[in-house]
Amino acid sequence: MEWTRILINVAGEVFAPATAAYALAAIGLNIHFGMTGLINMGQAGFMLMGAYGFAIATMNGWPVWAAVAAGMAAAAVFAVILGIPTLSLRGDYLAIVTIAAAEIARYTVRSSSLTSITGGNAGIAGNDFKGSFQQLCPLPEGSWSLGPFQYSNCLSNSWWLRIVGWGLVAIGIVLVWRWMKSPWGRVLKGIREDEDAVRSLGKNVYGYKMQALVLGGLFGALGGMIYVLPSAVQADALGRTLTFNVWTILLLGGAATVFGPVLGSILMWTVLMFIKSTLRDMPGGVFSSTQAEAFSWVLVGVTLMLLVIFRPQGILGDRKEVMLDGR
Amino acid sequence: MAAEDLATPRDRIAKDLEAVPRRPGSAKPDAIIVADHVTRRFGGMTAVDVHHLEIQRGAITALIGPNGAGKTTLFNLLTGFDRPNSGEWSFDGRPLSQLSAAKVARAGMVRTFQLTKALSRMTVMENMRLGATDQGGERLVPSLFPPLWRHREKEITEQAEELLARFKLDTKRDDFAGSLSGGQRKLLEMARALMTKPSTVMLDEPMAGVNPALTQSLLGHIQDLRDEGMTVLFVEHDMHMVRHISDWVVVMAEGRVVAEGPPTTIMQDEAVVDAYLGAHHDTDLGDDSLLGDDVLDELEAEAEAQEHRTQEDA
Amino acid sequence: MQQTVHPSPTGPRPRHRRGASPPAAGHRRRPRPRLVAALLLALAGLVTTAAAAAAATDGPCTPDPQTACIAGTMRTAAGDPAVGVQLEVSGPDGSSTVTTGQDGRWTVAVHEAGDYTVTLDVATLPAGETLTNPDVTSRTVTVELGRQGGAIFRLGPPNSAGTPTPSGSDSGTPSPAPDSNRVAQQLANGIVFGLLLALASVGLSLVYGTTGLSSFSHGEQVTLGAVTAYVFTQSVGLSIVPAAVLAVVVGGITGWLQNAGIWRQLRRRRVGTTQQMIVTIGLSMALQYFFQFLFGGGRLRILTASSSPVHIGPVVLSVQTLASAAIAIVVLAAVAYFLLFTRTGRATRAVSDNPALAAASGIGVESVIRTVWVGAAALAALGGVLTGLYFQATTWNMGGTILLLMFASVTLGGLGTAFGALAGSLVIGIVSEMASLVMPSDMRYAAALIILILVLLVRPQGILGRADRVG
Repeated sequence: MEWTRILINVAGEVFAPATAAYALAAIGLNIHFGMTGLINMGQAGFMLMGAYGFAIATMNGWPVWAAVAAGMAAAAVFAVILGIPTLSLRGDYLAIVTIAAAEIARYTVRSSSLTSITGGNAGIAGNDFKGSFQQLCPLPEGSWSLGPFQYSNCLSNSWWLRIVGWGLVAIGIVLVWRWMKSPWGRVLKGIREDEDAVRSLGKNVYGYKMQALVLGGLFGALGGMIYVLPSAVQADALGRTLTFNVWTILLLGGAATVFGPVLGSILMWTVLMFIKSTLRDMPGGVFSSTQAEAFSWVLVGVTLMLLVIFRPQGILGDRKEVMLDGR
Repeated sequence: MAAEDLATPRDRIAKDLEAVPRRPGSAKPDAIIVADHVTRRFGGMTAVDVHHLEIQRGAITALIGPNGAGKTTLFNLLTGFDRPNSGEWSFDGRPLSQLSAAKVARAGMVRTFQLTKALSRMTVMENMRLGATDQGGERLVPSLFPPLWRHREKEITEQAEELLARFKLDTKRDDFAGSLSGGQRKLLEMARALMTKPSTVMLDEPMAGVNPALTQSLLGHIQDLRDEGMTVLFVEHDMHMVRHISDWVVVMAEGRVVAEGPPTTIMQDEAVVDAYLGAHHDTDLGDDSLLGDDVLDELEAEAEAQEHRTQEDA
Repeated sequence: MQQTVHPSPTGPRPRHRRGASPPAAGHRRRPRPRLVAALLLALAGLVTTAAAAAAATDGPCTPDPQTACIAGTMRTAAGDPAVGVQLEVSGPDGSSTVTTGQDGRWTVAVHEAGDYTVTLDVATLPAGETLTNPDVTSRTVTVELGRQGGAIFRLGPPNSAGTPTPSGSDSGTPSPAPDSNRVAQQLANGIVFGLLLALASVGLSLVYGTTGLSSFSHGEQVTLGAVTAYVFTQSVGLSIVPAAVLAVVVGGITGWLQNAGIWRQLRRRRVGTTQQMIVTIGLSMALQYFFQFLFGGGRLRILTASSSPVHIGPVVLSVQTLASAAIAIVVLAAVAYFLLFTRTGRATRAVSDNPALAAASGIGVESVIRTVWVGAAALAALGGVLTGLYFQATTWNMGGTILLLMFASVTLGGLGTAFGALAGSLVIGIVSEMASLVMPSDMRYAAALIILILVLLVRPQGILGRADRVG
């Protein structure tokens, strides 16, 4: 076993674009669930909207800013369509409808009848939509090494993408921190606790929930874009497992905390990478690489169960705030 | 002029209501809520069927009746938490029947709940601030810029501190609401409702589950509301409380208003006796002593006692 | 963390009490993680026997930004799957050897982009089979991460065109204009599929009704039934009927174990139903990938022989499908009888209606819930076996795929009403099969889910649900 290589791989995950993408999606989910109590089980659907919106707009010659706006607009429309029927219903309806809507979106973009637009089952190859983003790169051509980490400056899985991805995460953290401390965040918190009480005080609960749903969806869309930029857009990679991963990340780091999503994402991906690499390198080939992959997802599932049962506040959450239960 | 000023608000209201006929649906001299033909059905059951009801401005009106009489359902309808099958009502001359709960609250009619809805995982102070109106920082974009809302937040905090002091919750300011006792939560909920500066307060069983030691202070607070000029409508089971503090009593049974009158005489009304006796096994006159086997005797004794007290008052 | 389910915005409704444990559970006890572990171990023990015998397909492969898949399907000249053919894949991510599975499929996951060479070992071809172009035993595939690459080797007489592979149900081409025969055929398929779906949905609905839990792991109970039947037929060598019976028994046992080991403990700790729901999501994920770990990503055929077709008017159904439908009808009728006319069944409905009242009137709520879990898991297992037969194969994620259809059925019928779930399942089954008449068949599940959202807009309480009294 090559421990050095494994450890370098693990350390690389700390600032990988995918880790940033998941952190962004978890920041969005934190606005939904942590701040407002909305059970959104379709965060992958928002990421899918962002990814496909961005890629398709770019392929049609839109500049980067317009393509990003298109991806975000797609997610916002998705949120409004989901929110209208469900935000006035009980929480578990929202869970079922969001997961169903995310699956509808996935079935739709992977349908072979839309191959000319979405690439169908095969998706959209990276080179078809990465160009304009890479052209914005202010770094010189070539690649650059930081210690053992060597990446291209501008192409695919690049330093440029890392800078943008983590820059967005930083902006997200600042905004959420602001919102949580503001009267707006207070109303959301009230809705999370008991929406009827907030309604009885004259607040338009439906409107606030819609704002939260759209806002969290926008972060999901940005996460989706960062998620696909290192490689390609593929509908099946934007399915339910992705949503469940984002949930695990949020609950691991701590829902309703500012840094929870980021910490959760970094922790989950480094640990997973460690387990996967170790299993794959086991002498004698006990595990095939797909088995190692499957095993690591089993662990994610078990982690999610144990977290919710034994430590619902996650790593950063306030135990008192989580455990107090008035009813 | 001077003589009127000296009279307590309670006496004044009693005088205003003196001439009102003691029958269901009677007109009030100065009604703030006027409801007509309000019905609400669940499946085959009619939960509420109120032909006409008026609530006097500035008075404490009690809404009583046995379990399943439709009191809470009527409350939910009036406050926009439920939709009627038919009917309309106005509040302060303004039609209210199609408005959402939030808009009803913004119109000045704010309610509390039978099962207290203190926001457990928020502090007492946060609960209070949430009740305030006109906080621009509750909008998505301005919320990001504290200078836009900091000033108003300070005013809100002062208003909240005043109310907390009045309700003797100021020492609990930074505790989670979930850590308060049942009675303190009731107080908090009432104080929070007052943050909206309402003209009418709707209390759904304010005494349910409150420790007797706090009952007196709650009663006092409710009377204070009236003395400050607010209209109070409350659902209650505890007959003693009804007698002590209300100016007018509306009795519901099987969804309909069966009797109305001042608290001193209402219990003599045959319709009221029937209503409670009709449901005598699960009667919820509230007072446990009334739950004995011999309910009729008890009720008669009540009526007598009331009569006696009326004479004393006079 | 959300501790309680939001009450309905139209006012508190009785259902939100469901999260609470029955009154008897006043004393709190720590859950016993050992039991959870024991449950997982038992499950592991059950299926590990199958692992060795499972199809040798090298696991499934889902492309994601770190993974690319190279895959292909080998078919003999006659169009049957070519089983056991070895291929070597080598390239930037090293080299590995795969063998085609029962369905002729092979898949390799790679984690680095680049050119890969796929070389076929001619010696492992099934007897009598040759490549259509015997000179080319290797192909080069250019792989991009997040995508799937394919390498095709055709078998058949040299230089012939090879046999076109029959297109599966995944084909996405829009269907030709519907004629009346196709309408009848799809309607019949829809009814059958709806009946099979109902087996699983009724249990899901009963669990929700009695405990307030939306169980996302119910899909894995369905998969469990199918893969258990697969193990008993293909590895143990039983015929289908005893294998199915055993699968149902195993399903029921897992229902009992998981109620005792997990859900009962969580109810005792008064863990909110929302939290419990997220626990089921974790369980669902763990089980799903556990199946993938054991059985790989290929299609697992419970029965390899094909069943003879029966013509009924314009409709063609296989004997197997008809038998499945008949079994489903009988079992569903038995469930209905149980709910309507037996003591336990009536108690179940009483608990669904109002658990606190039921407990107060002397019904053992916990024992009802236990019965419901065992029954629900057993029904799901039966549904899994029959669905696996209906689709002609099962996969590690079959339950996950139909879970949403189950939820759609349950929601459509009105959350928590068993008969609503039955009606909802038929609607969903028919919609998803008939949808392929008017839209691409690979979007037919999407059609069923869209119906779900539309119904929620118009009638949130579902077809048979009732509007609840407020307060």
